Amino acid sequence: MISVQTDDFDPSAEYQSLRDSGSGTGAIVTFTGLVRDSGDLKDVQGLYLEHYPGMTEQVIQGLIDEASQRWDVRRARVIHRVGPLALRDQIVFVGVCSAHRGDAFKACEFIMDALKTSAPFWKKEITAEGEHWVEQKAGDRARSSRWE
Amino acid sequence: MSSETLTVRFFARLREELDTEALELPAEPGLTAEVLLTQLAARGGAWSQLQGGQPVMIAVNQTMAKPSTRIHAGDEVAFFPPVTGG
Repeated sequence: MISVQTDDFDPSAEYQSLRDSGSGTGAIVTFTGLVRDSGDLKDVQGLYLEHYPGMTEQVIQGLIDEASQRWDVRRARVIHRVGPLALRDQIVFVGVCSAHRGDAFKACEFIMDALKTSAPFWKKEITAEGEHWVEQKAGDRARSSRWE
Repeated sequence: MSSETLTVRFFARLREELDTEALELPAEPGLTAEVLLTQLAARGGAWSQLQGGQPVMIAVNQTMAKPSTRIHAGDEVAFFPPVTGG
């Protein structure tokens, strides 16, 4: 299931929902991403997240489908927030249920790495001096290309 | 949207710098994403950055596409900077 929302989320409730979701699960890996309070620019006060409604959900579903073909994925949950975000806010959640830990670790990391370079979200950093669109990082492209 | 036109959408930095969220343009036969970018860049000013400027990502009907992707009437084409979510 995929949610793109302005509201915050509860990782423990998401974990419980994954745990309750069916038999055969022997491993659950979850990842929660936060807005760093030491940004790329000095004096960042917060972020604004823009996205391409419709395409975002379609791209993330494609990543879950790809993960399900490559590894044992019983269930996957992705939540991504949009709109204004404060420092240290939760921004993204990925949870994967598998029979065994290896598949759950790999599928969760793949979905997260690929999301960063292929899902149409854009971050803007808000500082006292003004707003700046964040540039895509070479390190994120490298992490994503490891899975090709 | 009429059947002879296509929609072009812009996001994030491009949307702001072009001061344009969406355009409706005539769907000429043989059109590709690259030809569309060339035509838009020819408007000059901020539009020039669509060619030879910072990288521009292309989506056609909400799927990632290439410069050579064919554009047809009724398509939704989007141009945007490299994505930075997560």
